[in-house]
Amino acid sequence: MTTSIVLAIIVTSIATYSSRFLGVLSSEKIKETSKIFVWFNCLAYSTLAALIARVVIFPYGILSETDHLLRLIVLFFSILIFYLTKRNLVYPTVFSAIILFFLSSYF
Amino acid sequence: MINLKYFFQGFSCIKRFDSPAIALFCCMIAIGALFKNIGLNIQESFFSTFLTYALPGSLVMAESLIIGAPLLNIFIAVWLVNARLYPMTVSLMPLLMHESQPKWKYYLSCHFVAVSAWLIMKSNYQNVDKKNRIDYWMGVGTATWSIAIIGTIIGFITSDFLNKDVMIGLAIVNPVYFMCMMIGAMQTIQITLSIILGAILGPAFYYLSPEWSILFGGFFAGTIAYFVGTKNDN
Repeated sequence: MTTSIVLAIIVTSIATYSSRFLGVLSSEKIKETSKIFVWFNCLAYSTLAALIARVVIFPYGILSETDHLLRLIVLFFSILIFYLTKRNLVYPTVFSAIILFFLSSYF
Repeated sequence: MINLKYFFQGFSCIKRFDSPAIALFCCMIAIGALFKNIGLNIQESFFSTFLTYALPGSLVMAESLIIGAPLLNIFIAVWLVNARLYPMTVSLMPLLMHESQPKWKYYLSCHFVAVSAWLIMKSNYQNVDKKNRIDYWMGVGTATWSIAIIGTIIGFITSDFLNKDVMIGLAIVNPVYFMCMMIGAMQTIQITLSIILGAILGPAFYYLSPEWSILFGGFFAGTIAYFVGTKNDN
């Protein structure tokens, strides 16, 4: 193994685990009925939504090679399918992969 | 030690037709293929997912390796993108804590805090009595973690057969799936506002600071949603 890659993996895992570890440490003092718990619950959902929206609009990696508009169109129709299929998660997911595959092949 | 009945109940959550396993598996295939393309070997790819198990963090690490960023920069970039795991852990663990359970279970199983396992647990915890929730959670986490590792390895092995367009198709699965799952979770004013504001403010803050956009956007969105929700309840 190349040293730098191994070190990068270790550094990445420490950076990731530290947030989880601190989360458990803080949880020991937080009751599920407290206001701070409700606040953290809001923060968790909002940061997740912020991350997902960021991945769609300003993506990392290979998704950044696709057009902005294409990604937003695919997302819009996927959400529409989600509602039309009575909140089924599989149909919009499969649809998004297939449609973006074809769109990115042709555009 | 671990109550296997509840562990396997949690573990079996991935067998459901609409479980996050499919989305997780697809995007981990893309990660495995990416790892191979940037020069990781199969052991490194395995250990990366084994030890990190957080998709955006792995992507940031891969991008940093491509540009040859120093270790400190990798640490900061990954920390910033994965700091969301802190509020996610704090909003989950108090629901699982029980005085009869040993603490090591919590510190070990927090490694499984990632979007897929977290969302499964958030929508199922009320069906399990509090004493056994941690064992159920360990089952959920082990299942999704295993899927992620297997996906990475399969992606690594099959990367020669995956062209760019297939990789793009696989990469969109994750945000679409989780966006739909989040919409499904919008059942109270607080959560609905948190999600809508987060989705707006996260990208908006990108113009101010790409690195801090998720944290700043999430912080302001969550805090506004909390106060609006509390005021509405009163």
